Amino acid sequence: MWRSVRGAISRAWWAVLGLVGLTHERWLGYSRLTRRTVKAVVWIGIGLLLVWGLGVWANSAILAAAVLLLLIVVPYQNWTVRGRRVGKWVLPGAVLLIGVTYPFYGTHMPELPIFGPFPQMSTMVAMMIFSVMALGLNFVVGYAGLLDLGYVAFYAVGAYTAGWFASNQFANRNVDFGAVGLLKGTTGIHFSIWLVLIIAGALTALAGILIGLPTLRLRGDYLAIVTLGFGEIVHQVAQNGDSLAGFNITNGTGGITPIDGPGFGNWARAHLHLPANYLTATNLDNVFFWTAVILVLITVFVSARLRDSRLGRAWVAIREDEIAAAAMGVPLMRTKTWAYATGAFFGGVAGAYYASYKGGAFPDDFFFQISVFILAMVILGGMGNIWGVIFGACFLTYLNQEGLSNVGAWLNGHFGPGGDVVQVWHKTLDVPLYEFGIYGVILVVTMLFRPEGLIPSSRRAAEFHEGVHEEYLYDVEHGAPIYEEAT
Amino acid sequence: MSDDALLETQRLRKEFGGLVAVDDVDFTVPEGAIVSLIGPNGAGKTTFFNMLTGVYKPTSGFVFFGGENLTGKPPHTFTHRGIGRTFQNIRLFQNMTALENVLVGMHVRLKGNAFQTILRTPKAKHEESAARERGRELLEFSGLRRKDDEIGRNLSYGDQRRLEVARALATQPKLLLLDEPTAGMNPQETAEFTDFVAKLRSEQGVAVLLIEHDMRVVMGVSDRVTVLDYGEKIAEGEPKEIQKNERVIEAYLGKAAVTSS
Repeated sequence: MWRSVRGAISRAWWAVLGLVGLTHERWLGYSRLTRRTVKAVVWIGIGLLLVWGLGVWANSAILAAAVLLLLIVVPYQNWTVRGRRVGKWVLPGAVLLIGVTYPFYGTHMPELPIFGPFPQMSTMVAMMIFSVMALGLNFVVGYAGLLDLGYVAFYAVGAYTAGWFASNQFANRNVDFGAVGLLKGTTGIHFSIWLVLIIAGALTALAGILIGLPTLRLRGDYLAIVTLGFGEIVHQVAQNGDSLAGFNITNGTGGITPIDGPGFGNWARAHLHLPANYLTATNLDNVFFWTAVILVLITVFVSARLRDSRLGRAWVAIREDEIAAAAMGVPLMRTKTWAYATGAFFGGVAGAYYASYKGGAFPDDFFFQISVFILAMVILGGMGNIWGVIFGACFLTYLNQEGLSNVGAWLNGHFGPGGDVVQVWHKTLDVPLYEFGIYGVILVVTMLFRPEGLIPSSRRAAEFHEGVHEEYLYDVEHGAPIYEEAT
Repeated sequence: MSDDALLETQRLRKEFGGLVAVDDVDFTVPEGAIVSLIGPNGAGKTTFFNMLTGVYKPTSGFVFFGGENLTGKPPHTFTHRGIGRTFQNIRLFQNMTALENVLVGMHVRLKGNAFQTILRTPKAKHEESAARERGRELLEFSGLRRKDDEIGRNLSYGDQRRLEVARALATQPKLLLLDEPTAGMNPQETAEFTDFVAKLRSEQGVAVLLIEHDMRVVMGVSDRVTVLDYGEKIAEGEPKEIQKNERVIEAYLGKAAVTSS
């Protein structure tokens, strides 16, 4: 369907261009650089016209257009410095620079049509944290090809670990280990958040292994159902964990709050100009944002290194053909468990950091929807592609946090009660109420037109279009996997 | 068990429900030998292969390799001990490059763990580059020179077969199991492949167990031939003897095979 639509558009396009003497053949005769430049200039020009026409012109638009044009036209991909290929760092570097400096220019940006103002800093923090989670899930879904519908369990374990090690939850124990911002006489266990992040990662990885051992023997649909079950179990435990065999683990529906904030202490503040305590910092959201960016960078680094390693190849091999992988000596259970544990680790770190940012861990944050939400980020962005997954995470988090309500406000203002264009409906439409319906539509459209995601890995794209071996490794006799892991 | 046997099965049996696919087969492959397994379609050859590589668990009986009982072990243990295999219907990792396919085959021989990889320690770096070097050598040995970066799916049929062998060789096997390697090849490719099998033994020093329908390959290259029919071993011996064996002729070869040689 899409192909024929595209074909029709393309034919119409060339028919128009033919009128001014530019045929398809002549166009292909130009060098690639020329073609790319012309295309970029045309598109960016259209973009600038749009910005101007919609009345949101700002002089910075010229700057943005220039940067974009340079990034598209300059053939930096092949730049080398002393034989090392530095070109591949240009684009990520530019994106990083634009991201890191966002707190300085974000509030000065003009309002966009339909979408309204640029995202607030709290939304940016959430975008980064969900990027870490989505990248974690990408190890499981994108690399190893295991469908996990209970990823929220790892987020929850991470958040509650932060609750256990950095709050007043266990008031009869008094431990202070590098925590910042404690008042005199504070009870409970208080570790430095930096340490808590590592503990949370480790504990969650352990949880991942424990959940993985019984479930990873299953394949496909069965695995998805069981992970879904585990996600729900963790949620239920969180909700009812105020009296588990007499112990109050999770404080029930109230959740654990307050959780300490991160910080570097007074010494680092005096000598290194680092914030002593994030929660009392004047630019609270900014420091949380920059720290989250560092967490994303670490996750990206680990993702890239593992992807190109022995372990990463084994994951892809299992995804492509489990039987062949096993026959080539890839231990299925161990390799899958590694994917699970790695994914869980980052889910735990992100969960603990988010809990510290929000100042608490609440069971209502760990509903099944969140699992689907994170999975949708991975699928929309492009399974297996780091940049795609980050894009998916940022975009969906933005929609969730403010995008939808902004769009809703715009719609109501123009078409709602007393709308200034034409009144189509008579009661104010609460767009965020329909968020899961909207995500559903986005996913369905993605699956129809671009099943590999917006920014796919080339291998994943090929799999979607060419298919992979989909034979099941089951014994006819027992209806169970025919081999078991030797322990 | 006999002293020089690399692989030995004792009363190996596989039942699927009421069907006996492999019926108490005793079988050996001596060190450094090229042995062929023949039989009509549905005789249980591939099922037998799958038990020799741990993909199927035998209903009863044992598989010994190098004197060690591997019965019931998972497939990667078989690979680790030194059994490499190819598949009847090619099972490459279709969307990986030729070199990556071979590198997956090296999985059991590499040691780098996740932490060394993330930190890219000198040891991990060295191991990785050595593996790539050896991968390229194996591709060249298998006749896939300069095809390192080709995606598996884009290779020609014959090259895909060769890549499967290269991938199996990357596991550093002592015994290589080839499941109908010349199926779908033209006579010239078949002849080349026959030479290649002989070269495997002389240059890589591996024993080869071959399932094959093409009698020119079987008779040309094997030291010994075993014949299965309805899961039962009906004959075993040198190619010449097998050609004359009446039960075999009746079950499988037909008169043409006798007159053509």
